[in-house]
Amino acid sequence: MELVKDVPCPFCGTLCDDIIVKVEDNEIIGTINACRIGHSKFMDHKSATRYTKPLIRKNGSLVEVDMDEAIDKTAEILANSKRPLLFGWSSTECEAMGIGVNLAEELKGVIDNTATVCHGPSLLAVQDTGYPVSTLGEVKNRADVVIYWGCNPFHAHPRHIGRHVFSRGFFRNRGRSDRTVIVVDPRKSDTAKLADIHLQVDSGRDYELLDALRSVMNGHEIPYETVAGIPRDTIYQAVDILGKAQFGILFFGMGITMTAGKNRNIDAGICTIQELNQFAKYTLIPMRGHYNVNGFNQVCTWQTGYPFCVDFATGYPRYNPGESGSNDLLQNKEADSMMVVGSDPGAHFPQKALERMAEIPVIAIEPHRTPTTELADIIIPPAFVGVETEGTAYRMDSIPIRMKKLVETDLLSDKEIMEKILERTKEFIASK
Amino acid sequence: MEYIIKNGNVFDPANNINGEKIDICISNGKIVEAVKDSAKVIDASNKIVMPGGVDLHTHIAGGKVNLGRLLRPEDSKDFYESKVGNKRSGSGFSVPSTFMTGYQYARMGYTTAMEAAMPPIMAKHTHEEFLDTPLLDKGAYDLLGNNWFVMEYLKEGNLDECAAFVAWLIRVTKGYAIKIVNPGGTEAWGWGGNVQGINDPVPYFDITGAEIIKGLGKVNEMIGLPHSIHLHCNDLGQPGNYETTLKSFDLLKNIEANPKYGERDTSLHATHVQFHSYGGTSWRDFESEAPAIADYVNKNDHIVIDVGQVTLDETTTMTADGPMEYDLHKLTGFKWANVDIELETGSGVVPFIYSPKSPVSGVQWAIGMELFLLTNDVNKVVLTTDHPNAGPFIRYPTVIAWLLSNKYRTDLIENSLHPWVQKKTSVATIDREYSLYEIAQTTRSAAAKVLGLSETKGHLGVGADADIAIYSFDPETQDPSTEYHAIEEAFARAKYVFKDGEIIVKDGEVVKPEGYGRTFWIDSQYDSELENKVVEDVKIKFKKYYSINFDSYRVHDEYIRKSSPIKLS
Ligand code: SF4
Ligand SMILES: [Zn+2]
Repeated sequence: MELVKDVPCPFCGTLCDDIIVKVEDNEIIGTINACRIGHSKFMDHKSATRYTKPLIRKNGSLVEVDMDEAIDKTAEILANSKRPLLFGWSSTECEAMGIGVNLAEELKGVIDNTATVCHGPSLLAVQDTGYPVSTLGEVKNRADVVIYWGCNPFHAHPRHIGRHVFSRGFFRNRGRSDRTVIVVDPRKSDTAKLADIHLQVDSGRDYELLDALRSVMNGHEIPYETVAGIPRDTIYQAVDILGKAQFGILFFGMGITMTAGKNRNIDAGICTIQELNQFAKYTLIPMRGHYNVNGFNQVCTWQTGYPFCVDFATGYPRYNPGESGSNDLLQNKEADSMMVVGSDPGAHFPQKALERMAEIPVIAIEPHRTPTTELADIIIPPAFVGVETEGTAYRMDSIPIRMKKLVETDLLSDKEIMEKILERTKEFIASK
Repeated sequence: MEYIIKNGNVFDPANNINGEKIDICISNGKIVEAVKDSAKVIDASNKIVMPGGVDLHTHIAGGKVNLGRLLRPEDSKDFYESKVGNKRSGSGFSVPSTFMTGYQYARMGYTTAMEAAMPPIMAKHTHEEFLDTPLLDKGAYDLLGNNWFVMEYLKEGNLDECAAFVAWLIRVTKGYAIKIVNPGGTEAWGWGGNVQGINDPVPYFDITGAEIIKGLGKVNEMIGLPHSIHLHCNDLGQPGNYETTLKSFDLLKNIEANPKYGERDTSLHATHVQFHSYGGTSWRDFESEAPAIADYVNKNDHIVIDVGQVTLDETTTMTADGPMEYDLHKLTGFKWANVDIELETGSGVVPFIYSPKSPVSGVQWAIGMELFLLTNDVNKVVLTTDHPNAGPFIRYPTVIAWLLSNKYRTDLIENSLHPWVQKKTSVATIDREYSLYEIAQTTRSAAAKVLGLSETKGHLGVGADADIAIYSFDPETQDPSTEYHAIEEAFARAKYVFKDGEIIVKDGEVVKPEGYGRTFWIDSQYDSELENKVVEDVKIKFKKYYSINFDSYRVHDEYIRKSSPIKLS
């Protein structure tokens, strides 16, 4: 048995890079340091639901085909579409994404990522308001006030709290007890149970609470007994703590990005953090879900100028969220083919979008059987990034991490698959 | 493929060639003595021939650049390029996307560009963007002026350890030089503070900016890096900051240049000095102190500066000077992005509008011009706009035209700029005009020399890389002083650009978009035994204070497509 050290975990946006993986006979037999979900991700690479051969749906049922046929058919479908949509890109590596952008450009199609259903509103808010952030090491070394708003890292990012918040840092050598933890969540979540202060905001009324906090911060009084379900005095108390901090950090998640107000909530959140800098150092970090959802926003931005929802219909990148987002295109029945890479819209998209997916050809570059592959007409199984192939991923705080290859596989990587599709697509377009 | 460029008016200051008609022979990517008869002839009669442009301070790749793109879709909306054949599309006026960055530089005849700020922990990001930046040779400077290890070594007086650490860090991050930004100030910004001047101690670390600058200045020469330290002084953009600037310059006065590669003979490169040449005590009595700065540069031989010329555009500011960007946000109310980076540095991004009608912007424009025009020896002053901070690099042709034409400047001062320009600066009284020879110095040879790359870059002698720009302007019949729009247009869209002996631009259009340049980086080790000891110490602290694993820090070979390590022995 071999112990491979310093392995990054290809599951959540925490992107822990200290995993030790036990490898025997080209198979992973165990892990050290990984959390439960990270561990199962590593063990999953040999799971029963894993595809090993490309499949094409013929007369309603999926049949095995060779790679050339799958690539050929994929390229043909994409090249013959008027409005192809290339979607996903949260669980793969950056080079594959770069080729994906190139493919979208070649097709005059649209490329979009899963931010569209999680932190897309955050991106819009950033473009309105700004983005004062820091890396997670800054939090560990300096933070004395930690706010979790609309997120539950205890379950979604299991090692986040232990690694970056409860651990000791340079200026916080007592760890947990040097920090005040505030959780804003309508539920008594497991994260909330760890908090010093739990602001149990009424569901969907985050904006009001942010507004109240800002008013008090700026010297105003609250004329009401409660705001968004929180007693006035509790708000005063919270502002008092915020104002006395040396270094504060706001972590936020889908509980605020995807509830009523969406990007307006995040606008207010960002403004709050900016204004708090009058009193102390404050930054924020969005709790990105999948390990490389941020990576797509990075790659897409440096190649096109925009983070997601990029439309190449005119031959140059255009950006029009609300029109060029994947859900818009599906629900408006504009998209006439869809390729899905490294994500599972089948499980996360609204019904109306799924209905469209059922109508149009769908290609899934996907290792496992998922709700998306149920809708797919072509399935191409790639090697697992971070297990069977290398690549780059960007952590939630935008630190790039090199993913490792631990075991051999016969499968092509996402990058290689994308390269082949791109090449073949160019041929189809040239022959048209 | 072999070429011979015939009958051009060649401007090659490094070889003392001033407009003479000399044939340039190209073979195997290099400039050679002679080529075979079969060589393809490029007729450059009635044209200017210069080495490829060298930009030694620009922000084109990495976390904060990309944050600038992300933050500002409005910067991209009306400024884009379409896909044509293999040429990729892109967008962005002040912060172009990566492919477009390569194409735009190439169209102007620039073939080398150095990213001036790379946070070591984010080095992979810079290199990943380099992978998608075509045509250019490039490199990146490691931000070290607020690094905890550096501050501790220098505080303890452990210069050898510091040198071992710095050489190691530059090697593993595949960096090119030591960059210092607001030394001590960005660490103070970790707590929302800043330092004032060079003698203000950094919170907790209890070291001053002066000690950091001087210490790294020594370390630079102990390692023998090709480039000198690259300094963004304290107090950027603050009225009255010129005193800090002059004091900072003087810290390096007695440090001998000791490059183990290249021909550099200076110990300090001070960057975007325009932002550091301000007099007065507030924006109300703000005025130019550029004459004092230029006077210092004229009298001292240990320093080269670049200007950071304001181009009077709407742009995006981005710097590792975190507190400065926050102040700018407070001043303008514009949206503010910031990234604090553990143990190393920080950065901020804020949009900015340099309006010709604004008194401050006008004076900033004038200060930049004064620095160019009052520095006697153009080998000491390099053309930059600190892209995109004072303006986007696509304005270089305009800056060149301003330098060549007093009339162009006067028209601007008289008709467009705020009266403060004449009240608070001396620019209107300076009638100096650069010659084309001096343009070649400020955009080519001076930059190549101070970078330590003058063996192969910034000149057209035998042995140089065949990076060559040909511009449609006839210096024998046309006068740039009066035909400034013609020269501006000529420099914006080169007639031909050669990169490593291949034509990449013709008639102002990119014809070889798939061309890809090298990445320069410094492969050095200060003292292998000491390095081992230092790295062991770094590993222990890494575990405790960084949020990534030590093993995740380095930049793997996969991130460099055309590697050009400079090995220092
Ligand atoms: S916290 Fe996330 S990245 Fe870390 S081991 Fe668990 S799943 Fe993997
Ligand atoms: Zn700069």
